[in-house]
Amino acid sequence: MRLLLGTLFALVVAAAVGLGATYFALTRGAAFGALRIGAWTAWPKTGTVDADPYAQAEIARTGRLPVALGDGVMFVARADDGGKRLDGRCEVAITGVTPAARFWTLTLYNPAGELVPNSINRYDFTSQEIVRRGDGSFEIVVAPRATPGNWLPTGGVERYTLALRFYDTAVGVATKEGREVPMPAVKTRSCP
Amino acid sequence: MIRWLLLLLGGALLGGIVHLATIIILPRTATQDAYSRLTPIAPINSVTELPEPTPEKAVMPLMDPAFASAICRYDLSQGPMKLTVPISLAYTSVSFYTDRDIAYYAINDRSAGRRAIELDLMTADQHSEMPEDEDITAADRLIVESPTLTGLIAIHALAPNPGLMPMAQRAVNGARCQRTDVAKDSD
Repeated sequence: MRLLLGTLFALVVAAAVGLGATYFALTRGAAFGALRIGAWTAWPKTGTVDADPYAQAEIARTGRLPVALGDGVMFVARADDGGKRLDGRCEVAITGVTPAARFWTLTLYNPAGELVPNSINRYDFTSQEIVRRGDGSFEIVVAPRATPGNWLPTGGVERYTLALRFYDTAVGVATKEGREVPMPAVKTRSCP
Repeated sequence: MIRWLLLLLGGALLGGIVHLATIIILPRTATQDAYSRLTPIAPINSVTELPEPTPEKAVMPLMDPAFASAICRYDLSQGPMKLTVPISLAYTSVSFYTDRDIAYYAINDRSAGRRAIELDLMTADQHSEMPEDEDITAADRLIVESPTLTGLIAIHALAPNPGLMPMAQRAVNGARCQRTDVAKDSD
């Protein structure tokens, strides 16, 4: 009886630990070789044949096609520079400059990777659409209500993810955090 | 007490094995991965334009709405493939994926350096069987080796602003992807 109970206990622990770790690895992004710059994280290796088993599992589970490294690289932000979860009811400013790339796009998704409905049907900005300041830097305001300038609507959703994709860029597997990759700052300005 | 601690430790170790096993098995058993999602809508060895992603409907998650996209789901078991993609004004790229959605090659309009991205896709075996003086090599065409017999080619054209989307869609629509022997017959 004790043996049976003991075995059962060990198996329950194994299932909880094993499946729990898998769940967290796939939802938090546990692939190796993450490139973290400020609020932004990219996994350049995920877009190559060297994608590790964690990256492969994440690709299979979400059903997305990763951006191939020869095409570009995708950075995601789920929180601002201070570590606060991005909240669609708040006003968040994305300011600064980006690393050199022929084009970039900034897109807002819900946590499932779907576009978020909004009144003006704007889901993204491309580097060509943005209104810039004299020095070439820009500010994009991610907010539920219209703001002057570059307004990316949140549709009022509680949580969202920003994807900043650079196309035809030198940013890749060998890139280290530093001056050659100046990523824009992400700051929550005001919350209701 | 020690007995239970040992059981806990044993369980945790076994849990580590369960974790690694599930991570490795997952891509083999996934039914909602990109290749499986595209199989019903993309006929084999032809270009299928993907509908623009909207909040209500998207073929795959995390699609970039600034791009017009098309997919060629290929099968090399009958022979090599030939791919031609006209270049749009802004940015055009072609990415190659295995049937497990792993990107193994990508090329964009700048590296292609011509009016169209033209290349031949084949397996390593088909490449080595190709005679040296084949007119394909003579024509200086780019040859891409696929690590798998089946896979996906994703064709993307950027619309720098929404008004240019029809232009990007035209470029993507003009893409051709067919078996090399079929392409020769129709020439």
